[in-house]
Amino acid sequence: MLLRKVSQSSALCGSILRIPPVLSGGQRHAGAVVAVQNVRLYASQAAEAVLEKPAAVGSDTAGKVEMKTVAAESKSFAVNIFKGQIATAQVFPYPSALNEEQEQFLRELVGPVGKFFEEVNDPAKNDALEKVEDHTMEGLKEMGAFGLQVPADLGGLGLSNTQYARLVEIVGSHDLGVGITLGAHQSIGFKGILLFGNPAQKKKYLPKLATGEHLAAFCLTEPASGSDAASIKTTAVQSPCGKYFTLNGSKIWISNGGLAEIFTVFAKTPMKDPKTGEMKDKISAFIVEKSFGGVTHGPPEKKMGIKASNTAEVYFDNVRVPADCLLTEVGGGFKVAMNILNNGRFGMAAALSGTMKGVITKAVDHAANRTQFGNKIHNFGAIQEKMARMTMLQYVTESMAYMISGNMDSGATEFQIEAAISKIFASEAAWTVTDECIQIMGGMGFMKDAGVERVMRDLRIFRIFEGTNDILRLFVALNGFQNAGNQLKSLQKALKNPIVNAGLLAEELTKRAKRKAGLSTGLTLQGSVHPELAQSGELTTKAIEQFGAVIEELLIKHGKKIIDEQFVLKRVADTAIDLYAMVVVLSRASRSLSQGNASAQHEKMLCETWCVEAHDRIMQDIKRLRSSQSRQLFKNLRAISSAVVENGGVVAPHPLGF
Amino acid sequence: MSGRVLVGVKRVIDYAVKIRVKPDNSSVVTDGVKHSMNPFCEIAVEEAVKMKEKKLIKEVVAVSCGPQQAQETIRTALAMGADRGIHVEVTGKEYETLGPLQISKIMAALAKKEEAQLVILGKQAIDDDCNQTGQMTAALLDWPQGTFASEVSFEGDKIKVVREIDGGLETIKINMPAVITADLRLNTPRYATLPNIMKAKKKKIANMKPADLGVDITSRLEVLRVDEPPQRQAGVKVETVEDLVSKLSEAGLV
Repeated sequence: MLLRKVSQSSALCGSILRIPPVLSGGQRHAGAVVAVQNVRLYASQAAEAVLEKPAAVGSDTAGKVEMKTVAAESKSFAVNIFKGQIATAQVFPYPSALNEEQEQFLRELVGPVGKFFEEVNDPAKNDALEKVEDHTMEGLKEMGAFGLQVPADLGGLGLSNTQYARLVEIVGSHDLGVGITLGAHQSIGFKGILLFGNPAQKKKYLPKLATGEHLAAFCLTEPASGSDAASIKTTAVQSPCGKYFTLNGSKIWISNGGLAEIFTVFAKTPMKDPKTGEMKDKISAFIVEKSFGGVTHGPPEKKMGIKASNTAEVYFDNVRVPADCLLTEVGGGFKVAMNILNNGRFGMAAALSGTMKGVITKAVDHAANRTQFGNKIHNFGAIQEKMARMTMLQYVTESMAYMISGNMDSGATEFQIEAAISKIFASEAAWTVTDECIQIMGGMGFMKDAGVERVMRDLRIFRIFEGTNDILRLFVALNGFQNAGNQLKSLQKALKNPIVNAGLLAEELTKRAKRKAGLSTGLTLQGSVHPELAQSGELTTKAIEQFGAVIEELLIKHGKKIIDEQFVLKRVADTAIDLYAMVVVLSRASRSLSQGNASAQHEKMLCETWCVEAHDRIMQDIKRLRSSQSRQLFKNLRAISSAVVENGGVVAPHPLGF
Repeated sequence: MSGRVLVGVKRVIDYAVKIRVKPDNSSVVTDGVKHSMNPFCEIAVEEAVKMKEKKLIKEVVAVSCGPQQAQETIRTALAMGADRGIHVEVTGKEYETLGPLQISKIMAALAKKEEAQLVILGKQAIDDDCNQTGQMTAALLDWPQGTFASEVSFEGDKIKVVREIDGGLETIKINMPAVITADLRLNTPRYATLPNIMKAKKKKIANMKPADLGVDITSRLEVLRVDEPPQRQAGVKVETVEDLVSKLSEAGLV
């Protein structure tokens, strides 16, 4: 009853997954297992798979395979659910990543930062002026807000990720425009120097960046290269003497573009392939100073939201960049870019959880005081549902943010899927929550003075920048598939030596048999989850089992072509997101119950309600992924889209005929 | 003169919090409630730090009496620029009955011990509004006092203090060592910046008990009952002067 399906393709050029011919049933012991061979990409390159054109991947990436990914056990929860496994190390118990000293220090910081944003920063003014007021910028610089994660010996505060998240939450709850100004500077602008800079680079640049004397900007996007970051056209040609690079190109929509002194710029550098000797274009990352000359910027863009944040085009015209401004090495730029974005994502979830808190407070204040139909409106079911959903979304986002920051602080190296999930979830949750807040407030919510419409406008960009949610969904799904495929590959290896691996093979057989029969495969969250949440734990476990099964089925059905099945990938990602969301609230609520917190019963209710609804969504999606009706639906969707594109607009003629 | 200034800082319930009385009317609810430095103490710290920045004095020592949490208040003073702190540990019942008399005894003892040139306090605390500690401290030390200070300046070996009094402003010149209490308009306290909070971690806070200073902190007062202010009653409108007079005589007011 093991699966035996042939899905082979001889077209290997630019392929990401290759499925070999199936091993025939009679060949070895336990029947055939389709294996995925030669899965070549590891974490960051999975992004490459999505973003790079096939031609750019080329055969040289094969050389870069990290073989350890194949054999090593991943600790990431998200990675393992694709294999139908539960890895609890990073999710249970809910991490507490602050020691006593860090916690005390953080407590001391929270007061002054909050006070500053309540008393000095004026978000409405910033929005109207389309810039952060000068005295506010000065105050933020004095406060040390521009170097939160720079090591203390270089003039920063040396905050850990969790501490940073807590402060960024305060900023998020008051003014997202300021949040982006700060974030574009330190979360991505000079993060490259923090993560990849050599000691000389760090010493040279970080002190002035930490005090805010110099601002930084992250320069990747170009007019023709947004999601497809690997297709950038800015060039950096190395001089014959090797001492400098000449940078030419233009970048658009760069936050802090008009204010920055230091730019992290990504450009294509022609380099010789060591094996073949041919010249290839690889992306490299550079620290570029405005003082190098040739760096100019356009006027501030007029935007829908985050108006206080400066967004501008940046032009590089024959800029001479010294070779020692390279970050890592020539050709290492893509990895630098992906790591920077990955490293800063938790910050977004933290900031947005703060935004949601603020907005929920406004909604509650209104609902508790507004009387209509002889009753305070919070007594009506329609309002109650809104408030409850808003609360759950905020609880999940907050739980994700601090789980990920806690994991990062504890030394976890694998969190990219979780980080991506948190960005997707947080940005969409914040949008929904703010939208519902305006709805609860009615006409008032629509008015500028209430301060909520500004938040709504500020939030829209969060689903777009730092990796659009659509791309990130593909990333989550493909990364998961690739890891699941690796496991199948290990199985194939095991099959080669069935006697030695008899135990493993028998185990795998039984697991699949049980899954197919709908029986539990022994997977359990018991022991990790608080007994009072056992039922929700059960729902999660069942969902993970079925998820693992459907992933395998999809891999076998589509093989390497899975990368093109975006309708499928989206639903797979949505399920993975829901699963991670379930587990983070289970973890947090379990901790509250164990600690006997006053809010424990309330959190239990949040957790249970969330899990029931998430489980339903997941089961529905899995059903659809298996059904032939959805295949037809996808075909229809595709066809509708083609027709509309061909027609340059809607196709159906007007009902009136003209 | 030693160039050392002692500043007393008190941990009180934050001014923005809505105060609630405990159900047993014994005191006010403090558990889980946000606390911060008394605003007038902030002004006192700010004045001392300003003096140091102008090089008029050499060292600012922040003092607070209370349980473990008092150290947070001292740290805020350190973050504002004080050089070191002294935490006089008082807990439990003794802390609940701590008042101006006890504090002034402690401050006097410390002023002598530290050979302070000046003791600067807030004019009153926003929780008990006693407005006594500064005055009592000066009396115990037999030092001059400049209370309700809205302006302080050094003139040779004396201190000129402009005091806010009911009639207006009074300017006095007093000898040092002296006690000064800060009023609202003395200065605008600075925000503690995050780098300063970080630097404050390295500054020292000495621990001691009242007994170490030879001070007896038994209270002479007993709080019988704490009540919320009475709910404001609605007023009554009258049409004519006659009505007004009759209502007033009914109430026994004329």
